[in-house]
Amino acid sequence: MLRLLHGTKIDFIRHWRTAVIVTIAFVALGFGSAAVTGWYKYAIEFTGGTLLQLRFEQAPDIARVRATLERAGIPGAEIAQFGSATEYTVRAQEEAQVAEQADGASGVARKISAALEAEFGAGSFTIDRTEAVGPRVGAELRRGAVIAVLLSFLVTLAYLAWRFEWRFGVAAVIATAHDIIATLAFMKLLDLEISLTAIAAVLTVIGYSLNDTIIIFDRVRENLRRNRREPLYDTLNRSVNETLPRSILTHATTIAATMALLVLAGEVIRPFAWIMTFGIFTGTFSSIYVASPILLWVESRWPRQGDARAAAQPARA
Amino acid sequence: MCRVLFEVSQAPFPQAFVGMQTLKSRVLVIVALVAMSGWALFPRTEVVRVKRDGVFVLDTIKRVPLKRGLDLQGGMHLTLEVDQSKQAVADVSDALDRALKVVRTRIDEFGVAEPVVQKVGTDRIIVELPGISDQQRAEEVVQKAAFLRFQITDESQALEKAIPRLDGIIKAKGITVAAAPTTTDTAAAAATGLTALMQRTDSAAPAGDSAAPTASEGPFRRAILPGQMPGQYLVSSRDYAAIEAYLQRPEIQEALPPGKDVRWGIDSILNGTDAYRALYVLDSRAIIDGTYLVNATPAQDPLEGAKVDFQFNNEGGRRFRSETGRHIGDNMAIVLDDKVMSAPTIQSAIGARGQITMGGRDLQAAQDLALVLRAGALPVPLKVADGRQISATLGEDSINDGIRAGLAAVLAVVLIMVVYYRFSGFLAVLSLVLYVLFTLATLAGFDAVLTLPGLAGFVLSIGIAVDANVLIFERIREELDHGKAVRTAVEEGFRHAMSAIVDSNVSTILTAAVLYQYGSGPVKGFAVTLVAGIVASMVSSIFVTKTFFLVWLQRSRGQQTLSI
Repeated sequence: MLRLLHGTKIDFIRHWRTAVIVTIAFVALGFGSAAVTGWYKYAIEFTGGTLLQLRFEQAPDIARVRATLERAGIPGAEIAQFGSATEYTVRAQEEAQVAEQADGASGVARKISAALEAEFGAGSFTIDRTEAVGPRVGAELRRGAVIAVLLSFLVTLAYLAWRFEWRFGVAAVIATAHDIIATLAFMKLLDLEISLTAIAAVLTVIGYSLNDTIIIFDRVRENLRRNRREPLYDTLNRSVNETLPRSILTHATTIAATMALLVLAGEVIRPFAWIMTFGIFTGTFSSIYVASPILLWVESRWPRQGDARAAAQPARA
Repeated sequence: MCRVLFEVSQAPFPQAFVGMQTLKSRVLVIVALVAMSGWALFPRTEVVRVKRDGVFVLDTIKRVPLKRGLDLQGGMHLTLEVDQSKQAVADVSDALDRALKVVRTRIDEFGVAEPVVQKVGTDRIIVELPGISDQQRAEEVVQKAAFLRFQITDESQALEKAIPRLDGIIKAKGITVAAAPTTTDTAAAAATGLTALMQRTDSAAPAGDSAAPTASEGPFRRAILPGQMPGQYLVSSRDYAAIEAYLQRPEIQEALPPGKDVRWGIDSILNGTDAYRALYVLDSRAIIDGTYLVNATPAQDPLEGAKVDFQFNNEGGRRFRSETGRHIGDNMAIVLDDKVMSAPTIQSAIGARGQITMGGRDLQAAQDLALVLRAGALPVPLKVADGRQISATLGEDSINDGIRAGLAAVLAVVLIMVVYYRFSGFLAVLSLVLYVLFTLATLAGFDAVLTLPGLAGFVLSIGIAVDANVLIFERIREELDHGKAVRTAVEEGFRHAMSAIVDSNVSTILTAAVLYQYGSGPVKGFAVTLVAGIVASMVSSIFVTKTFFLVWLQRSRGQQTLSI
């Protein structure tokens, strides 16, 4: 029988201070990188604007592409390589261009392709993808995304309060909030833009992290029932240790899937894969180092009726 | 614990018998599930419209009934809204319902295999055209108002008389217009590429002098030249933008001759090296309009080029005959969406049939015009609020990449499970195969659309799907560590892992439900795959894997060790 990390007795909770420092350092690093790369960029679907994905026959001179677009009256368009050397995206997200799309979203896209065709010749490139979003659609999507995140929070809080106890619910939600902040810091660090797919990825990270927290909490619930004498501090540690082999295995298979996506699934999915890969790490981290210490802290502040064991714990922490 | 001891202590024969019964029904359920999934995914014959030699025919093809989203098969997505920039619309929802019918008829004739035309909310129409890459053409077909009118050109020289007044207003109010490049004007953009290009380059330089009115004569007097027929005038394409801008001003519109319409011609007229735009002054009363039209067909004429032949119904035909009879010798302008297509002289009374020449545009333009005329005019102007287009090659690349990633993920998961859990891992892999089958079948069964994020979610779920089995196997190992017999350990392992599996999966389903409710398009697809994946993984890892274990326990009675 092949066994990894079986029967461990690691005192995870003791290191919660280190965990806090690591988290703060990482978040600071992530958000600090905004000083270099600027604040978050929002994708076309949120700001409105135009995106063209072009496949050139030969690698084009980017300065020439830029100059062509400036001449055509599309200043400040962002031109970025997308995958191979002949594939590029052109993005026009400036306010003036978005406003121009209020009466018909595709006008700017047509202008860009006409200008490029005049400069580089017809047939020198093909348009693989066009996204043209008017200003109103973008505003609606933005609102929808915020509602989605907040609502998913409420729903999970209610579910956990019902299935476990409010203490577990609070600990799980704080751990999840940690994951969201850490993931946002990670996105900034990699300068990933905020798009619908990115939000879907963050929500999946929330789901995955909750999954992980719940599996540890499930064990805590069981151990609490089975062993009423044991201090909560030890129960938590024991539960984390007992579920450690499962955590390792499941993370291995999930990481395998996200790695496959990262390497093989192409440019469009890559941001999603990055966020998921990071989310698996932060989800595990927060289940062990955030959710458990918080549960301990909540228990010490508001001890259960007729249960004195929690009171002695902070001294050891 | 007690319960298990009790079971074991029972007489072996009845217990085995009961075990056989439940086992049989379990296997039967799995066989039924697999059969249903297989049936749901079996390639079936469908009737589709395909274009063959330019004609649409119904054809049958065989394919797996899994719908691919636009991002995977290529095509166009348009969100249309009522354009209220020129005129407010009172009941948007009702107007949109009427517009929906017209758009649907047009799209049906446009010839796309499986188009989607539907109203979303109260103020949007969504149009999805798989496999269509010519965005401009599709937008024109969808958006064209197709409002057809026949008007007699003015013979009273109304504009001539009004010009001093118009120039006076310009001078008195000191109106100046910046002659913007004509590219924003749809008519100019729709004109032949060469003239559009010429106008763009021309209007840039001399715009200044044409826009600024000189003291002696106003811009209208200077720019508007008499044309070849009564009511027709010519404006140099250099002055076109300035005159059009003046005509848009409310002060000028008020001062235009009453009872007359001023309309631009659709095409440029070349006179030597100079290009001119025709400006028509028409009697406001239309002698007939497009509502009487029953048929329109594109045609190619050796002399006039592409054209559209149309036919009125009986009532329209009678009316058209009597009206044209009264106007013999006059010019009749054929006005489509406020642009004069042509203005032929009426030679004799015309009956139910007529034609619109396309003025040098190609046969496809004639086809599209005939199509929109047949479908009828749009009751309200529509604008594109959101337009996306993805090429078929990109869609195909995405699918191939997704499949590659999926295979790699499956391979890695299989490797990890079999190396770590050996025989039990092999059972888990078997149920993983069923998991993939169930998920795809569920997607097919619910008619869900597979999008690129959905495909990514599916690949991800392969990694997560084994989680339940991992939880169970770890439990079984713990029970074995406690010295329990194999059979008991298996039973207990499944039972104890259940609460963790259910709680964690339900919370994920709740998140996915929220995503589905508030997400849009591709994200919705992602949520659907996620839920399908979770449900399938619970069935496969709990029910199917347990059945495999039971079968194994049945066949190797008295087994002392378990490879896990």
